[in-house]
Amino acid sequence: MTEFTSREGTQTPAAAREGATPLALWLKLLSAGPIVILVILIGVLSIVSPPFLTPRNISNIVAQTAVIAVVAMGQHLVILTRGIDLSVGANLALATVMGALCYKATGSGELTILAMLASGAVVGAINGSVYVFGRLPHPFVITLATLSIAKGLALQLADGRAMPGMPEVIQVIGGDSFLGIPVSFFVVALVGGLILLMAKRLVWGRWTYAVGGKPEAALRMGIPVRGVLISTYVIAGLCAGVGAVILAGRTDAGSPLFGNLLELDTIAAVIIGGASFLGGRGHIGHALIGAVMIGVIRNALNLLNVGIFFQLIAIGVVIVIAVEADVLRNHLESRVRTLRAARLA
Amino acid sequence: MSNEIVLEVRNATKRFGPVLALDSINLTARRGEVLALLGDNGAGKSTLIKCISGVHQFDAGEIVLDGMMSPIKSPADARSAGIETVYQDLALFDNLTPAQNFYAGRELSGPRWLPLGLRFLNTREMDRRTADVLDRLKVVLPQRDATVALMSGGQRQAVAVARASVFARKVVILDEPTAALGLRESRKVLDLVAQLRDEGNAVILITHNMEHVTELASRAMVLRQGRKVGEIVPTKSNQQELVSMIVGAATTDQFVQPDRAG
Repeated sequence: MTEFTSREGTQTPAAAREGATPLALWLKLLSAGPIVILVILIGVLSIVSPPFLTPRNISNIVAQTAVIAVVAMGQHLVILTRGIDLSVGANLALATVMGALCYKATGSGELTILAMLASGAVVGAINGSVYVFGRLPHPFVITLATLSIAKGLALQLADGRAMPGMPEVIQVIGGDSFLGIPVSFFVVALVGGLILLMAKRLVWGRWTYAVGGKPEAALRMGIPVRGVLISTYVIAGLCAGVGAVILAGRTDAGSPLFGNLLELDTIAAVIIGGASFLGGRGHIGHALIGAVMIGVIRNALNLLNVGIFFQLIAIGVVIVIAVEADVLRNHLESRVRTLRAARLA
Repeated sequence: MSNEIVLEVRNATKRFGPVLALDSINLTARRGEVLALLGDNGAGKSTLIKCISGVHQFDAGEIVLDGMMSPIKSPADARSAGIETVYQDLALFDNLTPAQNFYAGRELSGPRWLPLGLRFLNTREMDRRTADVLDRLKVVLPQRDATVALMSGGQRQAVAVARASVFARKVVILDEPTAALGLRESRKVLDLVAQLRDEGNAVILITHNMEHVTELASRAMVLRQGRKVGEIVPTKSNQQELVSMIVGAATTDQFVQPDRAG
């Protein structure tokens, strides 16, 4: 190998590059795709619709995107380990109701926030534990079940209605601005920074990528796969709890009707942002870019007076494109691998 | 051979439901020696090594390491006991770099007072040590900081074997390391195996290639249908005999396990 790799490196560099360059270029383009598309999208929209790029509207987009962004960041960890969490929307709704009940009972803002986070984390822990210890082949079914259970529980507890009234601290988090920037933006930044640190700098993060890359190998390498899996669902649940705080603050209410289709939005955000649906690949930036893209598309369609029904269709089409891009990327990579192997043989 | 015995497996038995996968197998591995483990598909080779490396557990039987009884209940147990395994599917993470693959599951990290998962990765040190090992073993990769997804079969195999060499202190098990490789890549991997042996490890090599067996192995042990049917010193002249034992046409008298009636 010493011999032929040095040959590859010195004698025939041109041939080596010829085989890889167009493919490698495509791969680069695909990985840069989401951010490029987002920039183009913003450019076009600011021309088409003058009010789009005003500070007021940008602040609007940030506030509206905050919930999707923060929940998508939890979802991205789950997708990183080849999973999916369909329960995040119902989880968020239940958390706002729990918060409203807690506020009614205690009158404490801090306890209300804690109740929402705890509610989210508990649902996440149930998802993770049943998935792992129930030996389910895929988390699809359990999170679908907890979607139903959490939704039903929220409706039951709130008697099917919104429960108005949130403590001031939550209203500040969800609705106020600081230096012209919505406070929720700082919450998203804080959560994002924390998850980024955990995923990239901690042993836990490395384990998470390993489990997503090849679960069987992770087991054999002595990585505590079960613990890692459960932790990702707990964090996804916690993120839903944070989303609950933001949304309850913005609307000054807890409601069992919150979070409808939030699972769709967050999964879409992660995939549109460029994380792989096949696991093991993606980072927090993907979830953020995807969430902003969804927020921008929604906002722009609103400004352009396009109906809500069409918005759903548009988001769905974007998801299909994003998933196909992921499949294409994996295909191109295996081509590169085959080409290299052929050259070495 | 007077090399010291590192690993001893005694009376190992393993069942999968009604199937007797391993039937009272005895195995010894010595420092600085390659033991070839031979047998047809389904003979029990993979089950045996998976039990030694902690993926499965024996139903009965014992593992003795350096003269001490060592229950191995998990892959982590095996690794901390100094047993490294290169699996047939390599157990590499495509989405990680060679250095990240090397240290997967045993990352260098700190501070020590934190729970393991919450410690900070010592990335620089892991990268440096990985580079050292790749240099020492003369493994050349197109890009050391790229994920292994884009590497050729031989390069991936080299990464997997090199990973085992970093952490092995006693035993290295290789499951058909050259099965999917071309001639030159096979050569490089065999050289790596020889190097592992010369560094004082007991090497257990599963292979179907008789040339490799006679070249590297000090002893060859043959399994058939979960039983040990013989153990001989492989030479050019007894290759045919080995093949017969594998397919079931002959057995060597002096090493045959007592056949248990029933």
